[in-house]
Amino acid sequence: MSMLRFLIRRILTGIVVLWLVASAAFLLFFARPVATVSRQLAGREATPAVIAQVTKTLGLNDPIAVQYWHFIDSLLHGNLGYSYFTQESVNTMIKQDLPPTASVVIGGMILWLVVGLGIGILSATRARSFFDRFSAVAVLIGLSLPTFVIGEFLLLIVFVPLNQHGFHWIQDQYSGPSQGIGTWIGHMILPWITLAAVQAAVYTRLMRGQLLSTLGEDYIRTARAKGLSERRVIFRHGVRSALTPIVSQLGVDVGQLLGGVIVVESVFGLGGLGQVSVQAIDTDNLPVIIGFVIVAAAFVVVANIVVDLAYALLDPRVRIS
Amino acid sequence: MTDESAAAVMTSAQSGQDDVLVRVDNLVKYFPVRTAGYVRRTVGHVQAVDGVSLAIPRGKTLGLVGETGSGKSTLARCIAGLLPVTSGKVTFDGDDITNLSRRKMIPYRREIQMIFQDPYGSLNPRRRVGAIIGDPFAIHKTVAGNERKRRVQELMERVGLNPEHYNRFPAEFSGGQRQRIGVARALALRPKLIICDEPVSALDVSIQAQVLNLLADLQRDYGLTYLFIAHDLEVVRHVSDSVTVMYLGRVAEEGPRDPVYRTPRHPYTAALLSAAPAADPDAAASRQRIILTGDIPSPIDPPSGCRFHPRCPKARELCSQEDPPLEVKAGDGPTHLTACHFPVEAGENLAAAAAARRDAK
Amino acid sequence: MSISGLEFQAAAVEGAPEQAVEGRSQWQLTWRRLRGDKVAVTAMIVIVVMVGLAIAAPAIAALVHHPPNIAYPNTGENAVGNPVGPFTNGFWLGTDDTGRDLMVRIFYGARISLFVGIVTTAIGTFAGVAVGLIAGYFGGVVDTILARFIDAVLAFPYVVLALALAIVIGPSLTVIIGVISFFSWAGISRIVRGQTLSLKEKEYIEAARSLGAGPFRIMFIDILPNLLAPVLVLATLYIPSAVVFEATLSYLGLGIQPPTASWGNILAAAQNFYQVAWWYTVFPALALLITTLAFNLLGDGIRDAMDPGTERLLAARRGTKRRRLERRAMKGAGPSDAFPDPPRQAQPPAGLG
Repeated sequence: MSMLRFLIRRILTGIVVLWLVASAAFLLFFARPVATVSRQLAGREATPAVIAQVTKTLGLNDPIAVQYWHFIDSLLHGNLGYSYFTQESVNTMIKQDLPPTASVVIGGMILWLVVGLGIGILSATRARSFFDRFSAVAVLIGLSLPTFVIGEFLLLIVFVPLNQHGFHWIQDQYSGPSQGIGTWIGHMILPWITLAAVQAAVYTRLMRGQLLSTLGEDYIRTARAKGLSERRVIFRHGVRSALTPIVSQLGVDVGQLLGGVIVVESVFGLGGLGQVSVQAIDTDNLPVIIGFVIVAAAFVVVANIVVDLAYALLDPRVRIS
Repeated sequence: MTDESAAAVMTSAQSGQDDVLVRVDNLVKYFPVRTAGYVRRTVGHVQAVDGVSLAIPRGKTLGLVGETGSGKSTLARCIAGLLPVTSGKVTFDGDDITNLSRRKMIPYRREIQMIFQDPYGSLNPRRRVGAIIGDPFAIHKTVAGNERKRRVQELMERVGLNPEHYNRFPAEFSGGQRQRIGVARALALRPKLIICDEPVSALDVSIQAQVLNLLADLQRDYGLTYLFIAHDLEVVRHVSDSVTVMYLGRVAEEGPRDPVYRTPRHPYTAALLSAAPAADPDAAASRQRIILTGDIPSPIDPPSGCRFHPRCPKARELCSQEDPPLEVKAGDGPTHLTACHFPVEAGENLAAAAAARRDAK
Repeated sequence: MSISGLEFQAAAVEGAPEQAVEGRSQWQLTWRRLRGDKVAVTAMIVIVVMVGLAIAAPAIAALVHHPPNIAYPNTGENAVGNPVGPFTNGFWLGTDDTGRDLMVRIFYGARISLFVGIVTTAIGTFAGVAVGLIAGYFGGVVDTILARFIDAVLAFPYVVLALALAIVIGPSLTVIIGVISFFSWAGISRIVRGQTLSLKEKEYIEAARSLGAGPFRIMFIDILPNLLAPVLVLATLYIPSAVVFEATLSYLGLGIQPPTASWGNILAAAQNFYQVAWWYTVFPALALLITTLAFNLLGDGIRDAMDPGTERLLAARRGTKRRRLERRAMKGAGPSDAFPDPPRQAQPPAGLG
């Protein structure tokens, strides 16, 4: 099967998944007694009159099928609803809150891949050395700690003392790249490290294990015997074959990334999609929650398609299946 | 295994059906080849077994010979009920057991047992040997507790194992001992038929002899019937009363052991026999090997007509057009059947013909 | 081991022991190796101590006369209303922002964490093994449906699910246990399914079928024993994931609600006081770290004890020649295809991302 057909199949599957997620979100929130729903939508402090008004406006007394149709219809038009506290459209909120989230995710991902894979390769090539043992301990700790603990520790140990001593480059809260790259990095460096720490540990261990077993294979010995430089042996042969399981792990992790993002944003007060959605939950701000869930699912689907593509590029057997 | 019992085979074959324990009628087993994907289309079939009939008399051993890909293992599993049959009939002791449901097959499972080829794979490494041998008792709920243990130890002793090793794991036994464990397991419920799927192929030659002798003893003591599958002709000669030679899913030649070995009529049988090692070095040196060209073709797309014709030193045009029937050839006994248009004649030098054919290519 | 049967019988008769000789089972061998592994033993001790402290939490509270949810504004807070540090006024590890005994709360938090960790993993393991076995063994339509379902569950961002349930049902212990079990079930199931699919092709399974064994007998008596090894390792490694997940949920306000103590919600509250009360953050975090570290090390140790030769992260002394030889011998012999290196999906996700 050619790459194109493969791609189309994946996209179709992705659309189906998205539709399923949206429907699940709908069912979860709307398919409940009208009174509860309208009360939730109107907010905690609403009076009976407001609740009645909300019920009427939203057509909550219509049959479920009709409501579902409206829901899907507005989705397809790109309309995700309106927040019931600020009356802002959810679309606007998403546009606003995307940059911090995107910054965290992209920066964090690059960091964890570079550090994780790098240390993994170094550990494998220097197996049992002091470096290897030391990084093994670091990895173990990274695997054992929750993200928020790492974040809090970084705040405690880095942010606070530095600021107390007048060194203000590292800050919490968000500042976009448009306001100065240096400042942006200063604000993002701790969140990046926090997000990357746990993931890097996983990837270090993965890369180290894979590379060690690959390097033990006979064809590596042959390559060396042929006179290939050590660097080429390690990268072209060893790392290349170690990459496939790492790419699949990446696919799985992208989905789970959301959790980490939420935590990091909360700890550092970055105000991105994650933190806002937690606030929305605390205040029962349903349209916002649903909108965010759907956007998150879309992101996961797209990311998975990209990962699948990369996997198919690396391993031609996959395209045939 | 002596001339007397060979004669007895011929007599019983003549006397009729009652003495036949297993009868296979025109058994066909195809495996569908499917495309990958969500919706799978069938694009072809692996014709593993393509119309095989045989009959195993009670208390005797039928040797089934063929190279890898001949379908002998598939045939065995069809008879044992481990694979569903595409068409044809399997009769056991007068009952039709073709494609029975699992439930209906249960009583027959006590009568039909199998011994497998791989002594390392056929025993569950995580279970103790006593439990493995006791499995038949547990599954068919015959005996339990101390009585079961006693029977298991009895079996172990009978096959030449130390009954005190009841609680050991398979890893603690050698290959030959593991095969004995397999034999003990097969013997537990006193079956009528034991299908031996290459039981000694994975063993050292010296151990092979021991296991074969054990099997012979057991047959004598318990009146067992064996379907003995192998690719090694010398082993088959040692144990069988009659022999069936398979090629690419069909029977090439069948008959009582001695006539087939002394005067093979099918070129394939002749080639196989010429390749078997001879103990006497002078005989080996004077013998001329018939070396066939090519490999066994794919069972998905078998050759037209006689399936052996692409490799046969005697092949002529008729062979690629018409499938030869399995019948008695001139000069053979009534139970010696061959499927060949131009069977091997006495004094014919096939080795030269094969060499000539190779040079011509 | 290549003595022929006859010679062996002769030898046996001469020196026959009185009772039947037992082979050492996989478990006995594993336990022996584990006992010799210092790191794993330390981890086990730490876990036992943790569990003991958690169980004894009420007793400890009585000992220091500070119930977990009672605030002591007089002894527990300083002049400015901030928490007091360790070893002041009878508070061994200090107090939290409302003057409650931090140590007692940490031990009560341990009860929640360990309970959640162990219970969710137990549920997840049972369900996972059952589903994986059925999907792997029966194959066909059943497998296709179950496998897709497992994939869907694994791909689902479980945080979102936890959030959703928190709204609909409201946060509680039950919700947490439900969510975490639901996630850990799927991971284990996928591994079990994979193993079952390959084990199913083994000849001894075919032998069992030829004996007349039914599918359930084969699954539980023949396949399951070969699965227990990887499942045990996986379960041990899932426990710390569950603990971390619960802590994170509580931290976000979606889990155990205050005033009930949970390491997560303690740390959440501690955030605002990290400048004035370092102990408020450090001690609960240490408790969390020690617990999860211990389980991770134990899991690694069990994995190594079951299949020596796998590259461990924190390897104990590898120096002695005898051990090296033993390891090399172990690599060749034995059915270690019954315990292959766990595939990549076998790592439970580290925390909540």
